[in-house]
Amino acid sequence: MTRYHCSVDVRLKPGLLDPQGKAVEGSLPTMGWTNVSDVKVGKHIEFDLEAADEAAAVEQISDISERLLSNPVIETFVIRDLSEHDGVTREDGP
Amino acid sequence: MSDRVPRIGIVTFPGSLDDRDALRAVRFMGGEGVALWHADADLRGVDAVVLPGGFSYGDYLRTGAIARFARVMDEVRAFAERGGPVVGICNGFQILCEAGLLPGALIRNRQLRFVCRWVHVRVETTVSPLTAGLVPGETLHVPVKHGEGQFVAREDDLRRIEGEGLVALRYCSPRGEVDDAYNVNGSTASIAGVTNDTGNVVGLMPHPEHAVDPDVGATGGQPMFEALLHSALERVGAA
Repeated sequence: MTRYHCSVDVRLKPGLLDPQGKAVEGSLPTMGWTNVSDVKVGKHIEFDLEAADEAAAVEQISDISERLLSNPVIETFVIRDLSEHDGVTREDGP
Repeated sequence: MSDRVPRIGIVTFPGSLDDRDALRAVRFMGGEGVALWHADADLRGVDAVVLPGGFSYGDYLRTGAIARFARVMDEVRAFAERGGPVVGICNGFQILCEAGLLPGALIRNRQLRFVCRWVHVRVETTVSPLTAGLVPGETLHVPVKHGEGQFVAREDDLRRIEGEGLVALRYCSPRGEVDDAYNVNGSTASIAGVTNDTGNVVGLMPHPEHAVDPDVGATGGQPMFEALLHSALERVGAA
């Protein structure tokens, strides 16, 4: 078994209302940036998992992403990173 | 007419808010409310199940996304597949959509704000545990309170929902006119509630459980709870 580190990005399907994106976009002009448009805010989810090989890891990550991390009616997902774990324990915030 | 009192189970998830009101509404309308717990693999022999409103699991990830994996949901799914009446109110509606027991999904309101007000809804089908015995076109006065109530669905699902009469309720004017002006959250085709293909599972964003007692306001929820109690009895052959 190999320990992998991976991340998944979940995004709203095009055409669906993205209130967070709209709110961010609306505040940019107050910073002086008037050249930014079409802001989208999605989710970035990271986790580690043990799997026999990369193909098995991808299969499991896809299953998790389809059934829990995203709702296929309104969202799409993409496996952003998948790499063998480097053994470094990441801090969990402050 | 049987003397049997219908037993309606109300599931409490971590973060459910309206379970008490739903229990009270069932009792107020003459049924027996049975408290059910999310972690139990047991529906206690109830005749119908209600998933109440609230913010189960803090709405983490998506509304209803975590609750659908609660232990009790296996039992709810099996009960629904046997034809048992299942009702999802607000967060309960979101949970049923996430669980795939109802078509579509609920996303952030079009106006990007939480909406808390009284609305009118029009009965579109009488094939559902909440509208059986009502009159199509009848309007009911009930409250809504949600941030994520905009109903959306895949195009093929939407065609099926409309084509097969699976819309249970639509937002409307006091006189029953469906118009975008009365669509409180921007739902596709003003849809406020939908049923499954077999008409025994129904979800809705409005809160009939807050509208049964004339001492505290309008009573548009009464006909829906009457329908639920009747559907529950019919289910056990005691109606």
